[in-house]
Amino acid sequence: MSRRPLIREVPPASWFFRHPRYLRYMAREVTSVFVGAYCVLLVIAMQRLAAGPIAWQEFLVALRSPVSIIFHLLAMAAAFYHAGTWFNATQKAMPLQIGENFVPGSYISGAHYLVWAVLSLVVLFFAGVF
Amino acid sequence: METVSTDVVIVGAGGAGLRAAIALAETAPTLRIALISKVYPMRSHTCAAEGGAAGVIKPDDSFDFHFHDTVGGGDWLSDQDCVEYFIHEAPKELLQLEHWGCPWNREADGSVAVRPFGGMKKQRTWFAADKSGFHILHTLFQTSLQFPSITRFDEYFGLDLLMHDGRCRGITAMEMRSGELRQFHAKAVIIAGGGAGRMFPFSTNGAIKTGDGIAMAYRAGAPLKDMEFVQYHPTGLPNTGSLLTEACRGEGGILTNKHGRRYLQDYGMGPETPVGKPQLKTMELGPRDRLSQAYWHELQKGNTVSTQWGECVLLDMRHLGAKKIRERLPLVHELAESYLGVDIIKDPVPIRPVVHYMMGGISTNTAAATPLPGLFAAGECACVSLNGANRLGSNSLVELLVFGRRAALSAIDYLQTVPALDASSLNAAADTTRQRIEALYNRNDGVESMSGLRREMMDTMEKNVGIYRNEAGLQEGVNKIHELRARYTRVKLTDRSRVFNTDLFQILELGSMLDCAEAVTVGALARRESRGAHQRLDYVDRDDTNFLRHTMVHRQGADLPRVDYLDVVITRSPPGVRDYSGDHK
Amino acid sequence: MKERLVQLDVLRYNPDTDTEAHFQRYEVMCQEEWVVLDALNKVKESIDPTLNYRWSCHMAVCGSCGMMINGEPKLSCHTFLRDYPGVIRVEPLTHFPVERDLVTAPDDFMEKLKRVKPYVIAKQKKPIEEGEYKQTPAQLMKFRQYSMCINCMLCYAACPEYGLTPHFVGPAALTLAHRYNLDSRDEGRKERMEVVATKEGVWECTFVGACSEVCPAQVDPASALQQLKIVGSIDWIVEHLLPGGKP
Repeated sequence: MSRRPLIREVPPASWFFRHPRYLRYMAREVTSVFVGAYCVLLVIAMQRLAAGPIAWQEFLVALRSPVSIIFHLLAMAAAFYHAGTWFNATQKAMPLQIGENFVPGSYISGAHYLVWAVLSLVVLFFAGVF
Repeated sequence: METVSTDVVIVGAGGAGLRAAIALAETAPTLRIALISKVYPMRSHTCAAEGGAAGVIKPDDSFDFHFHDTVGGGDWLSDQDCVEYFIHEAPKELLQLEHWGCPWNREADGSVAVRPFGGMKKQRTWFAADKSGFHILHTLFQTSLQFPSITRFDEYFGLDLLMHDGRCRGITAMEMRSGELRQFHAKAVIIAGGGAGRMFPFSTNGAIKTGDGIAMAYRAGAPLKDMEFVQYHPTGLPNTGSLLTEACRGEGGILTNKHGRRYLQDYGMGPETPVGKPQLKTMELGPRDRLSQAYWHELQKGNTVSTQWGECVLLDMRHLGAKKIRERLPLVHELAESYLGVDIIKDPVPIRPVVHYMMGGISTNTAAATPLPGLFAAGECACVSLNGANRLGSNSLVELLVFGRRAALSAIDYLQTVPALDASSLNAAADTTRQRIEALYNRNDGVESMSGLRREMMDTMEKNVGIYRNEAGLQEGVNKIHELRARYTRVKLTDRSRVFNTDLFQILELGSMLDCAEAVTVGALARRESRGAHQRLDYVDRDDTNFLRHTMVHRQGADLPRVDYLDVVITRSPPGVRDYSGDHK
Repeated sequence: MKERLVQLDVLRYNPDTDTEAHFQRYEVMCQEEWVVLDALNKVKESIDPTLNYRWSCHMAVCGSCGMMINGEPKLSCHTFLRDYPGVIRVEPLTHFPVERDLVTAPDDFMEKLKRVKPYVIAKQKKPIEEGEYKQTPAQLMKFRQYSMCINCMLCYAACPEYGLTPHFVGPAALTLAHRYNLDSRDEGRKERMEVVATKEGVWECTFVGACSEVCPAQVDPASALQQLKIVGSIDWIVEHLLPGGKP
């Protein structure tokens, strides 16, 4: 007899259950749906604003509904997670070499978190939170 | 049996085989090259070499120094015309590798860095951290990918040389994944199949180092030269036998016994040098044979450290500091940590000598040609008589390059002289191979187990042909190996499948190793002197009157091989005293 | 020395007799400090000579002995029994065809490796007599990590992208392309990017990151691929958006 290589198919719909790291990856990808959905919400907000004060007031009321609040909480959690994975990736994508040595990856990711926090505070300041 | 027609066949795709292939492809682009290996090129054992490669490059060094270091290190058994050629080619080859992208360590100004090595008077060992062999192999392999004239036959197990009219005209090989045989017709064959260290139970060598190329040439009538010279590397991990590179000592590591004494000073390599300030050709930077022999004496005196892995001495690198260890010895650090549980930054690591390298092999001249027309050899499988009775660390990686290339150039010259041959005239020879394999498959009276025979061979080699040898032990070794060869004819193939049958490959490899082992034992018994790595308790001195000669072992079928001798080529360095003491006593 | 009876479930496949692969249980006495490869060697030597797998160096540098151990791509010579208290499941590397038992066919990887031109491409060949190219330690460190790849293919077995879309050039090969792109002696970046910055190349990577998690040589292929994406993007912008731009 001679060769008859065995091909093991990868299940196209369920492969990500094969290993926890694949599930983590899928979770990261799914969070982008919420980020995208929130962008759609912002577009709608612009459109409502353009439609006049009544439309805008109705929109603001709708935002205060329980469904909307749940959506916002979910979207915020997703955005945090997604941003975290993104910032963690920066140290791989943008290594910084000084002389022979590389700046530790945690510094690069850390700098991103820092800028993120500062920008958030600035936004909150202009929003009148403080 | 399918036939592959080509111009040059190379057997083995490690450092020497790849270098030969590239030299052929560059020098004569129209030649068809078949590069055959039983493993994918990146798996070749060149990858396990750690320390580096020697070539004169720095202003304080000279070809003369490298010449004398090599000849003295080899206890005057090197052919000096060969050494001369080698030392001049060495830097060119290392520069060539640099141009091909080898990541050599560098000085601040961008020039290549060198490190000290055992038995070398000057710093001349080029290195890529402690993965020099790995980088050399991958640089060569990756470079070879650009040449369309090199056709690789990865995982083809070389079987027999095809001889016709006294000339080597090709090879038979088995495609391992299908079990199908092929005959390769060529005008010249270059064997670069590596050593046979796996005939010993405790070895730094990978599983593939079974001497198939050596045995192939030997069966075809090529003599084996100086096979009794087997190098023990002084610093191996005591459990796995993994190599801790000589660079450990080059960078300043010291060897101590159970009393904390740097015992090398008691064996003519003193006086003691300051810790962390290694002095070339002194103490820990003595040659490998001397260091391994010193271990043996310490063992006899009861000065070794008893560990759960047996009797050891200690290699202490703590004073090098974490930074230097991580930068220059990362692999050593990792190996000791994971396989032995010792952090070399914090603790000395127990080590003992381990079989590492065969100075002997297929007899070749400085042109890398064997006595059989059309057959060339390079690398550890060959004995070009560069290393003599003891190889200096970091000479062999360069040997692969220098003589791999030389074998290619010699083959190109030889091709002009080869008469044409009708392809069918090799069929009968090829059929002999087929019958040999079929006999294994069809044999139903096989009684000897492969692993049983292999175990007996390894035990015999360790017991009788170790660091120190004597007449009675060697005679016992010769008898035993000869008996094993006879029993091997009744070996049992358990696995009868044709597809990637490692049971079959291991049986074939065992056959190769038994042939090599017989040449080692017979050569060692006949050499009644002590020289380099061949030390006899009953003939403790070097005997230049009778044995300043190469041992030549010729196969005689099932009988014991015939031994005769070939004079050593001495050009400008008459045999002298090997002096590795710092004060030149 | 401490010993223990180790149970191995090994996936067996013999094309002569099997239509599918099946697990076979072996029980073998092992020393606690051994690696999985030692256990397999003992099985082959003392129980079953028909078990097939590749191995050579036993020091994690030759890259022969990659296999799935409890579902994770590993070098069996560097996978310690002490870390596996229960039954150990051993399978051939995923995403590659199985020739027999634990022996897979790496042909696809070998072809892709060649495709990325992993060698120095210099416009003019420098004569040996002119000596070495000067390369500072900093220039060496820039690419050295990516030159450490042992071609063991664990990253291909870990990469779901490669499993789902086999035309993906894959982590190790792309990393080697990056290694040569970063080498101060090389002038072949443009040629290489024609293979690298393509849909089959780096743009097939969705940054799962599994390659770097399983890499036994700490090469971090994921970082190389993300850097290649940036390089590819900048090239594209220069070529398409800047006036008269040529990458």
